[in-house]
Amino acid sequence: MPSNKVPSEDRRETVLEVKDLRTSFRTSTGIIKAVNGLSYDVKTSECVGIVGESGCGKSAGAMSILRLIPHPPGLIEGGEVLFFGEDLLKVTEKRMRNIRGNRIAMIFQDATTSLNPVLTVGLQLSESLEAHQGFSRSEAQQESARLLGLVGIPDASKRIEDYPHQFSGGMQQRIMIAMALACTPDLIIADEPTTALDVTVQAQVLELLQELRAELNMAVLIITHNLGVVARYVDRVNVMYAGSVVETGPTDQIYASPKHPYTIGLLASVPRLDGPTRENLRAIDGLPPDLAQLPEGCAFAARCAYAMERCSSEKPTMEKVGPEHFRACFYDLEKLSR
Amino acid sequence: MNVATDNKEARPLLEVRDLKKYFPIHAGFMQRKVADVKAVDGISFSIKRGETFGLVGESGCGKSTTGRAVLQLQKPTSGNVRFDGQDLAGMSPSQLRSVRKHMQLIFQDPYASLDPRMPVGDIVGEPLVVHGLAKGSEYKERIANLFAMVELDPAMTERYPHEFSGGQRQRVGIARALASEPSFIVCDEPISALDVSVAAQITNLFIRLRNELNLTYLFIAHDLSVVRNVSDRIAVMYLGRVVEIIESELLNVHALHPYTKSLLSAVPVPDPVADRKRERILLKGEVPSPVNPPSGCTFHTRCPMATDLCRNKPPELKPHASGQWVSCHHV
Repeated sequence: MPSNKVPSEDRRETVLEVKDLRTSFRTSTGIIKAVNGLSYDVKTSECVGIVGESGCGKSAGAMSILRLIPHPPGLIEGGEVLFFGEDLLKVTEKRMRNIRGNRIAMIFQDATTSLNPVLTVGLQLSESLEAHQGFSRSEAQQESARLLGLVGIPDASKRIEDYPHQFSGGMQQRIMIAMALACTPDLIIADEPTTALDVTVQAQVLELLQELRAELNMAVLIITHNLGVVARYVDRVNVMYAGSVVETGPTDQIYASPKHPYTIGLLASVPRLDGPTRENLRAIDGLPPDLAQLPEGCAFAARCAYAMERCSSEKPTMEKVGPEHFRACFYDLEKLSR
Repeated sequence: MNVATDNKEARPLLEVRDLKKYFPIHAGFMQRKVADVKAVDGISFSIKRGETFGLVGESGCGKSTTGRAVLQLQKPTSGNVRFDGQDLAGMSPSQLRSVRKHMQLIFQDPYASLDPRMPVGDIVGEPLVVHGLAKGSEYKERIANLFAMVELDPAMTERYPHEFSGGQRQRVGIARALASEPSFIVCDEPISALDVSVAAQITNLFIRLRNELNLTYLFIAHDLSVVRNVSDRIAVMYLGRVVEIIESELLNVHALHPYTKSLLSAVPVPDPVADRKRERILLKGEVPSPVNPPSGCTFHTRCPMATDLCRNKPPELKPHASGQWVSCHHV
């Protein structure tokens, strides 16, 4: 089986580096710390995954990169988002507009609500080409048709005249990918790109994204809750819990030997097609913490089977546990079992 | 599968024979019927007592409609549903009501399926009132027991659904379904709205309740790994028909129908090393419309093995040596 995975030892250029990012939302129930000290990086032509359950801040983190957090109630409170070394949190809005959709493109979960229902897909595709690439209307139309063909939409030159509702869910997601590709960005952020799709269509869309990534030499950041998708498509994975990364490392490494109790719990709680049948899953007890009242120490301590006294008072920082493999946990590595 | 016997224990709890459910499409000024959505198009299966029977397929394959038609919540267009030997189709509404005590439904969305203005205790107790099963202090006691059974704090009966998390709401839905002490429960995507760690808790609850209460489940879901994990046997549906019925232990290693195989290959295993070794079949296109399904075998438009025979003649669901049932000309 040919693998698209790149060996992780090489020294490639860093496309994106997120450092200690903090984003919060002011609501009637208090200040929700959705992103709370998030750090990770993405290198050239690499596929990086952010995995976590709902409310762990994975989407808010991605939206913060492009400064798409609605303010109020949201506010990016601190940290750095370095895109080829340039801090996106400090640049002007004009500069930001030049980056959004041009250098960094985003694919959202729900194509049906992300596409404009009253414009033809050709017009929507042309929009960014005209804005960023200086194409004329007719050049943009031609390029749009080429892009639709590239993402596997048959009869592309005719279909650019169609409206989003005339396409199926899988086709709409392909159009989203075509729009993201329009300006050959350096980085594509895909936020739950296939969650709304059926499995056979999910496979088509993700395979397409992988092929295009290799072909166009882009970096891809996939945000998902699906551990299977991460295992199949991602080179390096960041496991998020309560607004920050608790474990990061090469995908094979994380799955073969997870070092954070949450990662261990998460992996044990999903049923596997090649696993036992009619057997209890090893569920993680309890619920994720209230982001408005995060505990002082480790956010996972209340649900953790290994929690010690220290965990409730002190927040663990990232420690190296292997090549490119880090975790935020105090528990003795040797005593940790799966 | 057609063994007629008087032995109550040996008889399947549920027998479905050639079940069809069409939804008419009306159009034009006169609102004449112009076509049918063939949501369920002639399916047959039977479920043994204490068995968990899984139903999988992609959206629009008719799996939820099957669940509802089995419970007669949507009147089948044709076909038979026998529950515990009784034909449900010929029953009067009052007869049906008394049978329904024994067959319950658990919904996908725990946010939409609970009345927001009703305390959860009343939600759980409603079947007891409807079927006249308990009153007064016995009623209260039964509710407390049901809460304990699904691992909810019985002190929470006076609270409203919005105070509960998704997983807790699903527990409320399960407690309600259990109130009338059913023998058979249709679980329609019961964990797909939940987060990974919570889904595992609820899955374990389903398994425990089945063992403790000797329940029979029709477990409907789109996620193959989930269905395989809880089921004894699995039926795979495509465009309103069953293409394969297989023991869940055999699913991953001995699936025969090309659709089952491609579904399996589309689901990544959460283990990169094991996943790389799996066969990959990438299906072309998407599921055709059930209004105008393809001729012959409805899967032929996407099937890598399709021939002229498949385009012209619909295959029958036939038994195979390995014990599974497959509907394919080339198996």
